[in-house]
Amino acid sequence: MISFENLILITLLSPLLVCLLTPLLSSKPILRDILGPLGGIISSWGAIQLMASILNGEQPRLELLQIAEGISISFVVTPLGAIFGLVASVLWIFAAIYSVGYMRGNKEKNQTRFYIFYAMAVHAALCIAYAGDLLTLFIFYEVLTFSTYPLVTHKQNEMAQKAGRLYMSILVGTSVILLLPAIIWVWVVTGSLEMSQNGVLDGKMNPDYAPYLLAMFVFGIGKAALMPIHKWLPAAMVAPTPVSALLHAVAVVKAGVFTMLLILTNVFGIDFLSKTGASNWLVWLASFTLLTTSIIAIYKDDIKARLAYSTISQLSYITLGGALASSMATQGATLHIITHAAGKITLFFVAGAIYVGAKMSKISELNGHGKSMPLIFLAFFVGSLSIIGVPPMGGSWSKFFLMLGAAESGYITVIAVFCISTILNVYYLMEIPARAFFFKKEREVKIKIPILITIPTLITCFLTILLFFFIEPFENLTSIMVSKL
Amino acid sequence: MTDILIKNLPILVVLCPLMMSLIVVLIPNIFLSWLLTFASTFVAFIFSILLYQEVQIHSTISYALGNWAPPLGIEYVIDKVSIFPIIIITLIGFLTTIFSSKMMPDEINETSISKVYSLWLLAIAGLIGLVTTGDAFNLFVFLEISSLASVALVAMGAQKDKQALVAAYNYLIIGAVGATLYVIGVGLLYGITGTLNMADLSERVVDLKNNKALIAGFGFMIVGIMVKAAVFPMHIWLPRAYAYAPSAVSVLLAATATKASLYILARILFSVFDIADNLIINTLSYIILPLSIIAMFAGTIMAVYEKDIKRLLAHSSVAQIGYITLAFAIGTKASVAAGFIHMFNHALIKGALFMAITSISFYIQKRVTLSNLSGLGRAMPITFFCFVICSLSLAGLPLTAGFISKLYLIKASISADGLWIAILILFSSALSVIYLWKMIEALWLQQPRKEIIIKENPTIYISLLIITFLNIYFGLDASFVVDSSTEAAEKLVGVSK
Repeated sequence: MISFENLILITLLSPLLVCLLTPLLSSKPILRDILGPLGGIISSWGAIQLMASILNGEQPRLELLQIAEGISISFVVTPLGAIFGLVASVLWIFAAIYSVGYMRGNKEKNQTRFYIFYAMAVHAALCIAYAGDLLTLFIFYEVLTFSTYPLVTHKQNEMAQKAGRLYMSILVGTSVILLLPAIIWVWVVTGSLEMSQNGVLDGKMNPDYAPYLLAMFVFGIGKAALMPIHKWLPAAMVAPTPVSALLHAVAVVKAGVFTMLLILTNVFGIDFLSKTGASNWLVWLASFTLLTTSIIAIYKDDIKARLAYSTISQLSYITLGGALASSMATQGATLHIITHAAGKITLFFVAGAIYVGAKMSKISELNGHGKSMPLIFLAFFVGSLSIIGVPPMGGSWSKFFLMLGAAESGYITVIAVFCISTILNVYYLMEIPARAFFFKKEREVKIKIPILITIPTLITCFLTILLFFFIEPFENLTSIMVSKL
Repeated sequence: MTDILIKNLPILVVLCPLMMSLIVVLIPNIFLSWLLTFASTFVAFIFSILLYQEVQIHSTISYALGNWAPPLGIEYVIDKVSIFPIIIITLIGFLTTIFSSKMMPDEINETSISKVYSLWLLAIAGLIGLVTTGDAFNLFVFLEISSLASVALVAMGAQKDKQALVAAYNYLIIGAVGATLYVIGVGLLYGITGTLNMADLSERVVDLKNNKALIAGFGFMIVGIMVKAAVFPMHIWLPRAYAYAPSAVSVLLAATATKASLYILARILFSVFDIADNLIINTLSYIILPLSIIAMFAGTIMAVYEKDIKRLLAHSSVAQIGYITLAFAIGTKASVAAGFIHMFNHALIKGALFMAITSISFYIQKRVTLSNLSGLGRAMPITFFCFVICSLSLAGLPLTAGFISKLYLIKASISADGLWIAILILFSSALSVIYLWKMIEALWLQQPRKEIIIKENPTIYISLLIITFLNIYFGLDASFVVDSSTEAAEKLVGVSK
């Protein structure tokens, strides 16, 4: 039996090890490219073990190093963290396989560098998932931003430079100006950087100030892409598609909403929020973001841009779920981290497959190509259904819980928001398979999709269906999460 | 033998570079003069480590120069406060001396090198003396030794760029004004108290609370020191002096020169005039606090618009000095500790950044401007790597020394009910990311106009690597810096505040 400390270390260090070994193997591309999936498998194994231990009622923790008195880097596995860690590490396996197919198929330059920072970003995301205190959370939040910069600017041209600037200025700016002082504010008020399952602020913070502190957190966590700080996400789409798939649909943005949920539940606490109503304004802001970005998505012709706006809208579901401050909604929000990740990564994989295979990136170009790449578009169809929330796809569970939660906390309007957004989802996502299968083909294109791209796409697509039938362990985790100590 | 050594450490740490500077000037051989300089700075560093251990045991070491008992004789005081800047100065002095071995012959005539090293040691000795002495007038003497030596060092840059003469002249005139103001202040205080010993002075000013001459003397002293510390708007000598000095001199000055004066500022504010409460509180909150905030933004904005990299870094120093004086101005124990932490970390950060930039200018044999940086990141990976790490440290990003400074600074200001100050600090540090990012982008993303092949030189990058390592080390294990700063602040401000 491996001790929990080592288990946490294995899970966290395997991506770091991949990151360090990759440059040494740069002359042997085959070995180098195997490293990623291999690291993913090891780290997922660790994440699964950690999740099992949480289900058994244990709480693995690891104190890594003490920086100074009262400041340390420490890791604790919480139910929420276990879920995010599992999502990030499992999807990394498929994304790593996919990126080999993509980078080779697209003949990208500087592949070694790409894999180094890719693994580094996964490492940072996992460290965020298992962060034991607010400072560790902040540190790896920043590491994640910086490790993804070379990936976003991978093409090293003028457009990449502009996008990189926007990316960095929003993410670093908000986190340094707002998130850091908010964390230190909590530190000063509570006297420590620790978090706890039911929140730490109750009885220590003047409730009048709570909405302001919450606002500093909400706008400080730029990665959650709430309006008006969402612009970096569409800009980041200049990156190669594997980056958009794993990082800007899973690791980075999920790190954002994960942090948001963690702050709402483990710093403020659901009870404190519902008692003081500190998060009421956030419900409306999230609803607004949710609907507005869905509408913007309709008007985007670029596949990746449309998916980016769809992602922003889906992230708002999660923030909204946390802001509703009811246990049902929080459960729904947490489940949505998993189901949306599986669905959205499939959609991005498809976008990349179409780009590599047929050199198409616009939706209007897709007319009639469904028959020449049936599997790919089928995967897109299934992934879309999951995001829309149709059974038997995983996405239906999270939406169900979110709606129950809205009812529980008495926000009838929010239920209407969910319904309208579902209709908009159908509208902007279904257009793509509809054009591919039912429209008339305008021109012939030679299509060649590498097998290393098709397989991971089909697997993640299958995962969305699997999640519908095997949601139970995750649901148990979320109910541990909202239980009272 | 060791007893005598230990007993005389407070003077030896000053004498070691001071005496060596007299020897070095006579040695015509380049290598030998460098070696002797290196040896004496290294020994001074070892002495300061020994002193640190002594201070841990005895808390305060008082050394009566020539056995004339204070307050009549000159007293050297090493306590938990002053040991901190001594370590900074000797550490940086030693590292930059290694760094200078390749840079000096590149920029200075063979015949003048030994003279430059003599001045170099004199400047270091002056700075150490400034910090160790407990006598207000002796402090003036050391202030002048270090400033005049630095002025001459800056002027040596003229062998490469004539602008250095203007810079040195500016530095000389403004520095002399500052020193004069300081000495007038000392004169006034001597007139009313009859003592020059700082500890004695602090006891005697108690009875003179509302004496006009006391207030005037205090004002003269503070302004004089603020000129030397380059507190906004008395910083105008600094950007030029740093920008046109020879490479190694820029590194030395940027990392150490203002730190010693900042330390003196803290000592005068909190230790000498401790009792005259209202006077200090008013000075802190109505003069130093606003000036520091302006400095934070003015320095950063100047740096954003600057194209010449050495000047850019110098402007950024003005802003960083603003952070330190801001920490002093808040005036609580935690904030003064934060100021000391940043003093230490900023010496490491700015030293490293100047090293990186001057080594780039050594490799390309040109002044480094933004447009000259294009694509150099790939040509010199080691220097680029160090530059990026230290830029991140300056911006205050996690896992670097700069983050620790910022963390404690923010925490201190929030604890002192200054959330708005905290937000301003962070806002200006976010602005500083703009100029850092412009440089990194140029190095990393832009295409070079023509292919550049550079072979990085180990004697140059070894000290850069060491200081970069320290930047990361003190970001991961900050207990030395944090503990000794907290002790220093406790001693200065008192445990209660």
